[in-house]
Amino acid sequence: MSPSVRLQEMIRVIRSARTQGEERGVIQRECAAIRAQFRQGDNGSRSHNLAKLLYVHMLGYPAHFGQMECVRLIASPRYNEKRIGYLGAMMLLDEKQDASLLITNSIKNDLSHSSQYVQSLALCTLACMGSAEMCRDLAPEIERLLRASNSYIKKKAALCAVHIVRKVPELGELFTPSARSLLSEKNHGVLHGAVVLITELCERNLDTLDQCRKAVPELVQIMKGLVMSGYSPEHNVAGISDPFLQVRILRLLRILGRNNDTASDAMNDLLAQVATNTDSSKTAGSAVLYETVLTIMDIKSESGLRVLAVNILGRFLLNNDRNIRYVSMTSLQKIVQTDHNAVQRHRGTIVDCLKDQDASVQRRALELSLALVSAVNIRSLMKELLLFLSSCPLELRANTTSGIFLAADRYAPSQRWHIDTILHVLTTAGGDVRDETVPNLIQLITTASDLHSYTVHKLYRALVADIQQQSLVQVACWCIGEYGDLLMKGECEETEPVQVTEDDVLDALETVLQSHMSSPATRAFALTATMKLSTRITNNVDRIRSIVSIYGSCIDVELQQRAVEYNALFKKYDHMRAAVLERMPVIDKNSPGHINGDFTAGVKESELVKVKQVEADRPQETNQACDLLGLLGDSDQPWQPSPAQPTTAPSSASTNMGGDLLDLLGGLDPIPAPAVTVYEKNGLSIKLQCDKKMDTGVTVTFTASNSSDNDISSFTLQVAVPKSVQLQMKAPSGDVIPAQGAGHVIQTVLLNNPNKVNLKMRVRVQYSKQGSVCQDMLQIDSLPTPALQ
Amino acid sequence: MIKAILIFNNHGKPRLIRFYQYFAEDMQQQIIRETFHLVSKRDDNVCNFLEGGSLIGGSDYKLIYRHYATLYFVFCVDSSESELGILDLIQVFVETLDKCFENVCELDLIFHMDKVHCILQEVVMGGMVLETNMNEIVAQVEMQNRMEKSEGGLSAAPARAVSAVKNMNLPEMPRNINIGDINIKVPSLSPF
Repeated sequence: MSPSVRLQEMIRVIRSARTQGEERGVIQRECAAIRAQFRQGDNGSRSHNLAKLLYVHMLGYPAHFGQMECVRLIASPRYNEKRIGYLGAMMLLDEKQDASLLITNSIKNDLSHSSQYVQSLALCTLACMGSAEMCRDLAPEIERLLRASNSYIKKKAALCAVHIVRKVPELGELFTPSARSLLSEKNHGVLHGAVVLITELCERNLDTLDQCRKAVPELVQIMKGLVMSGYSPEHNVAGISDPFLQVRILRLLRILGRNNDTASDAMNDLLAQVATNTDSSKTAGSAVLYETVLTIMDIKSESGLRVLAVNILGRFLLNNDRNIRYVSMTSLQKIVQTDHNAVQRHRGTIVDCLKDQDASVQRRALELSLALVSAVNIRSLMKELLLFLSSCPLELRANTTSGIFLAADRYAPSQRWHIDTILHVLTTAGGDVRDETVPNLIQLITTASDLHSYTVHKLYRALVADIQQQSLVQVACWCIGEYGDLLMKGECEETEPVQVTEDDVLDALETVLQSHMSSPATRAFALTATMKLSTRITNNVDRIRSIVSIYGSCIDVELQQRAVEYNALFKKYDHMRAAVLERMPVIDKNSPGHINGDFTAGVKESELVKVKQVEADRPQETNQACDLLGLLGDSDQPWQPSPAQPTTAPSSASTNMGGDLLDLLGGLDPIPAPAVTVYEKNGLSIKLQCDKKMDTGVTVTFTASNSSDNDISSFTLQVAVPKSVQLQMKAPSGDVIPAQGAGHVIQTVLLNNPNKVNLKMRVRVQYSKQGSVCQDMLQIDSLPTPALQ
Repeated sequence: MIKAILIFNNHGKPRLIRFYQYFAEDMQQQIIRETFHLVSKRDDNVCNFLEGGSLIGGSDYKLIYRHYATLYFVFCVDSSESELGILDLIQVFVETLDKCFENVCELDLIFHMDKVHCILQEVVMGGMVLETNMNEIVAQVEMQNRMEKSEGGLSAAPARAVSAVKNMNLPEMPRNINIGDINIKVPSLSPF
């Protein structure tokens, strides 16, 4: 009785369920029965139950309760049960589960079982889910099996060793000698396993790589045997003798011959032979040829051979079979860096593949075309790429746009071409471009100073046609704001000028502002552009003013802030408006105003606001300088935040201005006057010091100190001055003066003397010392400072 | 390395799944669904290689698939495998199934899932290609099947007895058994 019978019954029942719910019900009942039987330990049908459980697991239902059963079945002496148990272990267990450790012992025993099939089961399971600990435990066993006499076991042991080496690379040295000796086997399965094992060892360890280089002649011999042998029925696949083994050996030869002349020399003849003799009409032959080509390109082969290889790839490209075209493009991608010219010859075919219907082929063709772009072919290739962009599948669009931008950046033949290309991409696929495109484009436009009117005309037309593509609209708004005067002048050499009036332009900007399709960043651009136009147009300033004031109550905080600031610019700072809104200087590619990373354009604007503090002081015209001092002295209107105008000063210039400012201030600083003692009694002494800060103001500093043995507390000073003088008392530093001059109290008094009368002061001193309150009065008739005169 | 082997039908129902890298069960089902979604969109005359899924392995892996009548055979491999080689391997695997099941069809795969797993174990082990010679694979599978049958052991004895009795040809038995001086008259029994 095979386990399949009851399994088949269950499968039949499951299949007859007509709805998903019915199926779930059936499966739940079956699982419950299986669980009960597992618990009972019913010996006869354990394997059947596990088989059923595995089926249910494949359909996606939870099967974790079968894990312990797998362990038990593996330990059973019967082959049937072992088989199902190991299968269950491979499907349900993995190294993260604790149950997997329990099977280590069973595997160890089974590896020395008398039956080769039991051994093979153990090897298979170890290769599939062996954890690092299991591998370490069992590695010596595997090494022993590598030298067994049974080729069935040897080939399995070889692949198991590969798995062990992947999990625990240090064990690689254990397997190297046996692996080398396996190369002299006749059995192709064993050879295959041996080659895979050696490949894995060489990839991980450079010493092993050097050792195995000595095996190159042996490998060449084996390959020759395969290629030159006549028809061998057992290994034949479509006329090629064991193509799988050939491909593996070629791959190993590639690794061994890389960067090594002697090894490469030994292989040259063989590779030429394989390349010329293999029949590529079927997939098998193509696979071998493709592998040969890759090997030739990777090792240090002679130039004739390389030419042959690239020609083979070119032939592949023209093949009707799409698979082969795909594969040849993949291999061309790998060699395009090193043999650029050779691949260039096939550019035409590659570009034709862009028009293929198959998405995989298109993807490969796109990557290859982008790699082939050079200064020579940029114009024609870009035409093809732009054509491709308009019809390409959605998942490739983002790659295409960024590839096009990179290529245009590197090889643009002229600025006008560059701008045209970017505009074309924005109109076709504006939604798929990266965020930094907008600032990059703006930077490009400012550098192309003779193309300003051309650019603004083109952008205006694009804006009027369609306001959906956000990046395009943003750039267009910015340009119209900057170069609107050129637009309205209506003359342009390179393109047909448009006859627009100021109203038309403002209409266009207003449409963007009000459209629900515009993102907040776009609207910010449009608002700023409108504002900038206020200095470039003559008639409609009122319209602009009204637009700006409307947005002063907009819900979007960013827009509201800008509108309010622009409003302020109209009202209070009208004299500065022209200066603030004039043309921007050329943006340097790496200046702080230019964003190289992934910022949106909106951030660029606000980042500039940080520079505002110094900019507010940067006088554009000389008559501002006096106002500056007024600003500084006038305490009612200190640093009012100037509107966030998008003027980027190259920051070095602004810091210079800031420096000058400080120097100006420095010139006004008076020499501090010496302190004069005005009162001395009972150990309390009061010194007076005057600082003249400005024409009419004086700062008087009283310093009180105590040289007696007792502390003075509750110390207060009261000052009276003539009527025309204004007085402001600052808070004293304290009211306790410790004894023996350990500390003092400082009191600052600000006097404002607009009428410039003679400054006299009467000071009343009150303090308590040793419990008694003292009071005193002192008169100061003249303040000891030369600056008063 | 082969990361996974999936066989599912035209409606996306899995017929055989084998992962050579650990994935949780719901991840496995998600991978099957995503793969089916990608593969079923493909036309019949486009190439057999697919890129662009994101669940297994990331950008290094490809899906190599073949469509036979109602079944999709999908191998998820990474860049260390030769694409055309894997395509041929799928062909070898299907031909082996054909030989083992005699004109294999989808129902065979459904009802004999464990046998298919055993055949697959002879072809791919631990994510690596083990044997590509069809005859060799079939021979080994045959041996293992024989071992399984012979191991019927004790539990098969009743079956053997029953079949032995069924094969007895009762009407041919002699009517009279005369041994020495014992005379037995055998009653006539109806055949069963």
